[in-house]
Amino acid sequence: MTEEIIIAGFGGQGVLSMGKILAYSGMMQEQAVSWMPSYGPEMRGGTANVTVILSDGRISSPILVEYDTAIILNQQSMDKFEHAIKPGGLLLYDPNGIIKHPQRKDINIYSIEANEEAAKLGLSKIFNMIVLGGFLKIKPIVKLENVILGLKKSLPERYHHMIPDNEKAITRGMEIVVEKNVAN
Amino acid sequence: MKELRLMKGNEAVAEAAIRAGADGYFGYPITPQSEVLEYLMTEKPYEKTGMVVLQAESEIAAINMVYGGASCGKKVMTSSSSPGISLKQEGLSYIAGAELPCLVVNVVRGGPGLGTIQPSQSDYFQATKGGGHGDYRLIVLAPASVQEMADFAKLGFELAFKYRNPVMILSDGAIGQMMEKVELEEQKPRWTDEEIVEISPWATTGKTPDRERNIITSLDLDSHRHEKHNEKLQAKYKKIQENEVRYEKIHCDDAEYIFVAYGTSARICQKSIELGRKKGIKIGLFRPITLFPYPSNALRELSQGLKGILSVEMNAGQMIEDIKLSVGTTFNVEHFGRMGGVIPTPNEVLEALEQKIIGG
Repeated sequence: MTEEIIIAGFGGQGVLSMGKILAYSGMMQEQAVSWMPSYGPEMRGGTANVTVILSDGRISSPILVEYDTAIILNQQSMDKFEHAIKPGGLLLYDPNGIIKHPQRKDINIYSIEANEEAAKLGLSKIFNMIVLGGFLKIKPIVKLENVILGLKKSLPERYHHMIPDNEKAITRGMEIVVEKNVAN
Repeated sequence: MKELRLMKGNEAVAEAAIRAGADGYFGYPITPQSEVLEYLMTEKPYEKTGMVVLQAESEIAAINMVYGGASCGKKVMTSSSSPGISLKQEGLSYIAGAELPCLVVNVVRGGPGLGTIQPSQSDYFQATKGGGHGDYRLIVLAPASVQEMADFAKLGFELAFKYRNPVMILSDGAIGQMMEKVELEEQKPRWTDEEIVEISPWATTGKTPDRERNIITSLDLDSHRHEKHNEKLQAKYKKIQENEVRYEKIHCDDAEYIFVAYGTSARICQKSIELGRKKGIKIGLFRPITLFPYPSNALRELSQGLKGILSVEMNAGQMIEDIKLSVGTTFNVEHFGRMGGVIPTPNEVLEALEQKIIGG
């Protein structure tokens, strides 16, 4: 199994750390992983993205132009990456701030109101974990227990008291993700 | 026991240097390699192993601190990215001339000039053909993964001391910035003063009554003596060419065509191979790991069964000169590359092969 993922949104939404937790989770189940961030002008201009690959074999290129999954968290990223999803692939997005909804019919599309849900829970910091939960509901490529292990590895110990909130967010994300289109 | 971690390439080379028992790091921040210095400052190896970590006032100061540390037989290093490495060239020429061991990491970004902060391979000529003045060579290692960033820190120090020669890890912004799994070796103790005297009897460790003064210099105003010194250097480079060639062959057994690529380009070519083999093209990858010494003999041997070679580099075509020197100018070799910090896509690399080599 190889899963090639792009996660894209604004800086500060936790795009890079969501990717990092996914990569750690893959590592916990002994997969090869790579995490390649955008750095430089695009990040300084406000948008950030990261390519994450999990594989049972050797990972070839850490930099890609086609993805199995795109997790999209703002309009700029939708414009940039909707066409870059492989036919039959997955697009997961938060409709908050999206004015042009995805049009493709040959991919599976899901939406998740993660922003709204995070506000409701009063936990804006775990917004990205709600999204991650939604993704893992659709594609359970890593086990929840390995995500928790990954969180423990990637978070400094002073934040470990927040792990239960993160777990709650992942579970909530799994509940609220909505199917929008099935690939034809 | 080995330890498994998820790290950036820049962090891995720093951690591996600590574990290899390095005595000192001297650097100056520049994107995309600043994490090397940042990581070392966070880890504070000076509290654990006694390794010195110092942010110098400039790149030039940093390389001259390396010159000083290396003169004393210490395991010392610096790192920078392209414009900063240009500033270090005078120091590197002096260090090579004085035959001192040290490790230099170049996390290459696009040039010329200040250029861009995005990944590039446009410093190949500078790294492999000289860079500074005079007839000298660096040993140049080209990592294609985070694991190799770590492995080559240790290997780099070993080769530097084996040949009393500066070693460069020629990386790029992508390898420096990305995270992968990395297996780290156990902490090696730093050399004691006694060990340094034994390992490097040439070092300026303080004159004792039983030996002459050790003098470290790159200057000799007697031309004939200096020619002898140059001949000694050339003999050393020849020995390095005979003994230290490293490369990797991927899917070359049944290949009719190959890519030749190092670093990030080599990773992209592996994806192009996946795509090409799905279309029935018998294609492989020859990945030089040492850029000096270049694996010329191995490439020449491999080329004998091949219909063509595509050199893939993130530059205007630099390594292709070494490929042509290896396989001859009549062989079907072309270059494909992107410049200025643009990373080629696996698809366009495959298309270039189809158009320039298979169809050409």
